[in-house]
Amino acid sequence: MSSRVLKFLVIFIAVGVVAFARFGRFEPVENVAASTAEDPVKARAAFNEAVKVFFSARCSNCHPGGDAPTQGDERRIHDQDVKRGPDGKGVAGMECATCHQAENMDGEGLPPGAPNWHMPPAGNKMVFQGMTAAALCQQLKDPARNGGRKTLKESIHHIETDPLVGWAWNPGNGRSAPPLSQADFLKKLNEWIDAGAACPE
Amino acid sequence: MTKISVNKKVFETDSDPSTPMLWVLRDEFGLTGTKFGCGIAQCGSCTIHVDGEARRSCVTPISAVVGKEVTTIEGLSPDSSHPLQKAWIAEDAPQCGYCQSGQIMAAAAMLKKTPKPTDADIDQAMNGIICRCGTYNRVRAAIKLAAMNGGK
Repeated sequence: MSSRVLKFLVIFIAVGVVAFARFGRFEPVENVAASTAEDPVKARAAFNEAVKVFFSARCSNCHPGGDAPTQGDERRIHDQDVKRGPDGKGVAGMECATCHQAENMDGEGLPPGAPNWHMPPAGNKMVFQGMTAAALCQQLKDPARNGGRKTLKESIHHIETDPLVGWAWNPGNGRSAPPLSQADFLKKLNEWIDAGAACPE
Repeated sequence: MTKISVNKKVFETDSDPSTPMLWVLRDEFGLTGTKFGCGIAQCGSCTIHVDGEARRSCVTPISAVVGKEVTTIEGLSPDSSHPLQKAWIAEDAPQCGYCQSGQIMAAAAMLKKTPKPTDADIDQAMNGIICRCGTYNRVRAAIKLAAMNGGK
């Protein structure tokens, strides 16, 4: 190999290394920066999509403002004058689990079921019904009112993994599912958080 | 073969695990004190206890009671001496009587957790148990009498 060819090779490799260092290293950093940048417009838009799920019958029926859950797509007051009770599991003698099993019973008019069927406890009602999107957004961010979840990711984890929440997307017996799929709902919530979790005005 | 403990006695059934307890209790185990009212958990006539808590047996599958203790009206007391049973007689609570085993079992579950119930506690616990004769006032009086007599 001649010394001219060798010199050319050395220069070629050096240029390649510099180019890789410049683009190979910086490009991912720019990507990470883009995904965590605060973007209130994007955050609000994502939340306004996600909030449709919170306000759907499947989710809001068990998150009323008072102590009576509602039922059905028409959100009528729960039959039997059912009440929340102190721990959200009903009152002594008429608990949620008196009728709601760990899974749906198959047949018209039968109570729906999922593990640990319950409402939020009396001390932390986590109200969805009658809230504006802005008020619900602020509530989700407030550990005193969101079930003691210190980070938004903790709330997302609950939505992702609790089988009772997951039931909403497979409610059976003709009940409507929320307007977004569970995956799209989680995607919108993560978008909202990653863009800074700004709340609608 | 599924083994189920009812009134502290072990019973066996070959029924599908999704079969509601009410069917097994009445048709297989011969415990007919628990009544079929509506079959869709709307009326409460079929109320039993599972580990001491009120459950509507028409919507409680066998699979949900395996390893637990089931109590029916026949097992509430050995000789009908439970304070609620005595109060039921003293207050002449039933009219046709069809709902009374469900009423008594729901009331017994309530008194275990709320031994000194207010009228509101009683109404709240018993609202979901339908009496077609409308004996609600006598039912409430009987529950108060049982509570006074230390009934759980």
